[in-house]
Amino acid sequence: MAAKKSARRAAKTKTSPSQRASKPKDVTPHLLRAGTKAPDFTLRSTPDQSVSLSEFRGRPVILAFYPADWSPTCGDQLALYNEVLPEFQRYNAALIGISVDGVWCHAAYSKARNLHFPLLADFEPKGAVAKMYGAYTPSVGMSGRALFVLDGKGTIRWSYLSPMGVNPGADGILAALEALGQETRSAARPAAGAAPRRPVPRAERPEAR
Amino acid sequence: MSRLTPPPSARDHARGPADAPVTLIEYGDYECPYCAAAHPVVAALERRFGHRLRFIFRNFPLTQVHPHAQHAAEAAEAAAHAGKFWEMYDAIFEHRNAITDRDLAGYAARVGIDPAVITDALAAHTYAAHVREDFMSGVRSGVSGTPTFFINGNKYDGDYDVGSLGDAIDGALAAS
Repeated sequence: MAAKKSARRAAKTKTSPSQRASKPKDVTPHLLRAGTKAPDFTLRSTPDQSVSLSEFRGRPVILAFYPADWSPTCGDQLALYNEVLPEFQRYNAALIGISVDGVWCHAAYSKARNLHFPLLADFEPKGAVAKMYGAYTPSVGMSGRALFVLDGKGTIRWSYLSPMGVNPGADGILAALEALGQETRSAARPAAGAAPRRPVPRAERPEAR
Repeated sequence: MSRLTPPPSARDHARGPADAPVTLIEYGDYECPYCAAAHPVVAALERRFGHRLRFIFRNFPLTQVHPHAQHAAEAAEAAAHAGKFWEMYDAIFEHRNAITDRDLAGYAARVGIDPAVITDALAAHTYAAHVREDFMSGVRSGVSGTPTFFINGNKYDGDYDVGSLGDAIDGALAAS
């Protein structure tokens, strides 16, 4: 109920460039926080394929919610992540992009930008997964720029909501993965040999498609 | 929030005095139209501030959207090894739409380097690691697109015109 109310309030608020720099008011403030179990979901990645979050259990996952495909190239968040991908893979992390665009739109966009990670269509019911994660922005009918880093057990370890017009970069994701890696390594040490899945230092596995 | 890591060092290409009160760093991509647009802006700022400004360029190629950006960056690094970084940097930015390997070798010849130096370095990926180091330092420093400028280590989020950047540099001069 509270979420609905604030969403309605948010819908009335217009963004001005000066507001963008400060605490954003037009985005929902109920982003899921660190320590929360990441809600599972299944979404289409292509017209005939679906991806479930639970498939990635055992490795870190980066969920990158973004407003829409086809934003300008040079400042584009996904183009950046595409370049940083080998670094994410060093932490054995899977990167997943999610927006409300449909699968055909994602397919064309992914091909045009040469993206090497899956884009999921949060298309029907529109924005349902973004809503579960508190990332949906009703005033524009799209997801905000919300980032989540999940550990191998599917718990959110870091989340961040960037103002709609601001590319959040990748430094926060890398810092979160680094913290996660250090923790996993020190936790795994006493039970060496028993750990079925240790963090893989190099990109030994291809990114899930 | 975003601070430059690592700070300027001998591995960087710098134009202007090392003890200038203001250091302007650009993370750029030779095939990016916005970087090409910023190229004359930087030149104008260097003219305006003279010895009070040092300019450093670091590579931030978005290789998956700009197919020639990586080789252009590596070619400029190879030119740096021959003491001609800035000549090559200017030549590449002035011809952003013609930067195939062959074009790059041609610019090398024009700035007085044996084109084979460039083609060999590209074939051997001699400077690929240096370019990637630049790129990752940018990522770690909060660079999310190109061009991104840092003024005395602080990320600049304003417009890329001479007036706006000049005002920011004036501010840094006043603070120094």
